[in-house]
Amino acid sequence: MDRRDYVPCHMDTLRQSPSPCSSRPSSPRTPPFEMFGPVGIEAVLDQLKIKAMKTGFEFNIMVVGQSGLGKSTMVNTLFKSKVWKSAMPSLEVPTPQTLELHSVSHVIEEKGLKLKLTVTDTPGFGDQINNDKCWDPVLGYINQQYEQYLQEELLITRQRHIPDTRVHCCVYFVPPTGHWLWAGSPPHSDTAAPPPPPALSCPDSLRPLDIEFLRRLCRTVNVVPVIARADSLTIEEREAFRSRIQQNLKTHCIEVYPQKCFDEDINDSILNGKIREQIPFAVVGADQEHLVNGRCVLGRKTKWGIIEVENIAHCEFLLLRDLLIRSHLQDLKDITHNVHYENYRVIRLNESHQLPRGPGWVNLAPASPVQLTSPGCLKVRRRAQKDSKDDEC
Amino acid sequence: MASSDETRLLVSPSHCSSYAAAAGTAFGDPRPSCSHGAPLTSPHSFHMMSKTACISPQVSDCDTQTKKENIRSLTMCGHVGFESLPDQLVDRSIQQGFCFNILCVGETGIGKSTLINTLFNTSFEEHESSHFCPNVRLKAQTYELQESNVRLKLTVVYTVGFGDQINKEESYQPIVDYIDGQFDAYLQEELKIKRSLFSYHDSRIHVCLYFIAPTGHSLRTLDLLTMKSLDSKVNIIPLIAKADTISKTELQKFKVKLMSELVCNGVQIYQFPTDDETTAKINASMNGHLPFAVVGSMDEIKVGNKMVRARQYPWGIVQVENENHCDFVKLREMLICTNMEDLREQTHARHYELYRRCKLEEMGFNDMSPENKPISLQETYEAKRHEFYGERQRKEEEMKQMFVQRVKEKEAILKEAERELQAKFEHLKRAHQEERMRLEEKRRILEEETVAFAKKKATSEIFQSQSFMASSATVRKEKDRKKEPGYRLELLCFDVRACETNDGRYDADASREGYNTRGQHE
Repeated sequence: MDRRDYVPCHMDTLRQSPSPCSSRPSSPRTPPFEMFGPVGIEAVLDQLKIKAMKTGFEFNIMVVGQSGLGKSTMVNTLFKSKVWKSAMPSLEVPTPQTLELHSVSHVIEEKGLKLKLTVTDTPGFGDQINNDKCWDPVLGYINQQYEQYLQEELLITRQRHIPDTRVHCCVYFVPPTGHWLWAGSPPHSDTAAPPPPPALSCPDSLRPLDIEFLRRLCRTVNVVPVIARADSLTIEEREAFRSRIQQNLKTHCIEVYPQKCFDEDINDSILNGKIREQIPFAVVGADQEHLVNGRCVLGRKTKWGIIEVENIAHCEFLLLRDLLIRSHLQDLKDITHNVHYENYRVIRLNESHQLPRGPGWVNLAPASPVQLTSPGCLKVRRRAQKDSKDDEC
Repeated sequence: MASSDETRLLVSPSHCSSYAAAAGTAFGDPRPSCSHGAPLTSPHSFHMMSKTACISPQVSDCDTQTKKENIRSLTMCGHVGFESLPDQLVDRSIQQGFCFNILCVGETGIGKSTLINTLFNTSFEEHESSHFCPNVRLKAQTYELQESNVRLKLTVVYTVGFGDQINKEESYQPIVDYIDGQFDAYLQEELKIKRSLFSYHDSRIHVCLYFIAPTGHSLRTLDLLTMKSLDSKVNIIPLIAKADTISKTELQKFKVKLMSELVCNGVQIYQFPTDDETTAKINASMNGHLPFAVVGSMDEIKVGNKMVRARQYPWGIVQVENENHCDFVKLREMLICTNMEDLREQTHARHYELYRRCKLEEMGFNDMSPENKPISLQETYEAKRHEFYGERQRKEEEMKQMFVQRVKEKEAILKEAERELQAKFEHLKRAHQEERMRLEEKRRILEEETVAFAKKKATSEIFQSQSFMASSATVRKEKDRKKEPGYRLELLCFDVRACETNDGRYDADASREGYNTRGQHE
């Protein structure tokens, strides 16, 4: 055991006499104490892992988009299983006349790890003639989950582990219209799509329905937009379409996930910046396997070739999967819990003061979903202030 | 170009092995990843979970009934990749840092700070406390420790002056208050409308190390009482301090005695959890070694050819990390390496929830209203808030009334004073007038006299001139004398203040007014 030089550090005496303190600013960053040898604090990471494996994880995802864009297929492809019994609407079931929400829960397991997955679908979105306020049921559902969680949290005797049904991520499917910019046309311009009239100063690739919906949704939930059925766009068209969508999002101040304001530090900014360049991902969903070059791949078979879903040259499905599952799942849950849920809670607790007082007022009426999407700005800081993550890297 | 285009639906229902309930026994049957060249018709291989001992494949229909929560387990064909989830969780925790709070209860000089130093292998600066504290205080200090990439914010709270007083009745109350205070602070933060729980420095005590003096006999009354009052609020781990003063056989008997006393008196000490297979065995065996007999030392002594932490006596060397000598290694193992997370969880899920429930019920909140309808915290809170506002309104009104009344009273008094002043002024004015009239009178008389005198003078001068020849010398003298007395008329203005009149001479004050009367008498 070698003795390192003991560096006397500034001791952080927070209190000298017993007195309860309400939340204090975090202590000034002091250099850590030097320990003379290993103590075993690292083992806490293993303890965390064991605990996590035992309790399992939960993940709730919502897919929104017009019918026929391949939402159900995409979900099936993402989780490599038959989440929906049949992706194709059967002939007996008529297309829904109003927007309904279908939720399905599954427990999937991989390498001893259990994940309770809940997928909410929105058949009938944007399918009606008059799609006014079609976002209300969706927002209502999301707020209802928040409300449920809030009520559970406010109980006197509450459960050890409150079941989390809040929507962690909403995947929004943008139809691949691929409208051109009016300034300059692509090389292969033999397809239709006449250039938009010059009166439009900023041609929108997102339709008004998309914009309205995204604007409202981004304030309450993490939204990941994707270009659906991307196999109908060539690579150049795809890139042009993507950049226009990004411009549109910026013009309308729609912050999709990963939000810039939640970047903790340099590493996060770099990583998320790369992702932000690629948003929205152009995806193709497929749940059938084909044989390509002796390998068995997931893909769509057409007369002119097989589109491999997991081939990065063909489509960006892998990026979506990695974002949602492999790298940012915990982050999605964190932001939902620390930011969106807290915002909802603040609004909800504040507005209950405005209820009229009378003999029968004790029963709080549930707030209508529209009121709750007030244009508050997202909380900027979601975690404790900057640490020596720089020191670590 | 693939000619044999065999397509096949993934997850055909008949190959599912089980559709079981969500929470417990589902195990998956992920096929080998098809993209790795496995032939299409390969037999499925079972993937056994490391934990479940029994496999019970139930071939059931795909449309099997769902459980009441509509949850089914799904089998996947292929690697989705969410086994990185624990790593994501760990990464986030590393970024946030960990926080651990230890409370050390024991009498002065029993070795609390030395043990903490030894446990964490550093030298936290500590001053030895005196024995003469009038009451028990708690001293808290926070340190930041870092081991590889794990940052730990350690808070150690010592009891200062515990067991030193002559009258020890109030000894344990400060400790209980402190623990409750930390819970309360957390509760306050949680109940706020705009809260920031993720960046809140959690100061709730996660574990209490209770140092028992190595008497070898039994538990002291003070110890028993303190532990009894703390056992529902914090995880207690009892330790036998300075264990190098007890021999092995005595130690065994002492431990047995202590544990039986604790059990008899219903003191609930912390039991290491035995529900997880990886740690069940070791935890169970450690539970049998409680209370740990510990020795702390930061001195390094050469034993053999190594430097170890030990205490050197003339009769031998007590090595801290030698399992035969004391249970220090067990303590460190249990406290830090195996159960730190569980201690934190117990604190949050059990002790804090209990405190919260009691506190809220005390404040009058209930989950069920008297008619047995469920009401929420929010509704009760609103009711209370309404009440509170009503109360406040009433009090404001009261205060306003009181204020108005007081103002009125004051006004009345002032008016009264004014009136009095006015009356006085009138009176003085009248007196002044009278005085003035009198003086006018006097003046008139004086003037008449002057006129009379002048007349007299004139007539006497005529007589004088007639008899001037006769006696001019004597007349001159009389004239001189008669010219002397000159009456100068000055009106004295009466001042309210009493002026001292001294021989007809008046103050300078009295002569302040415009006209004075001064009569000079010779």
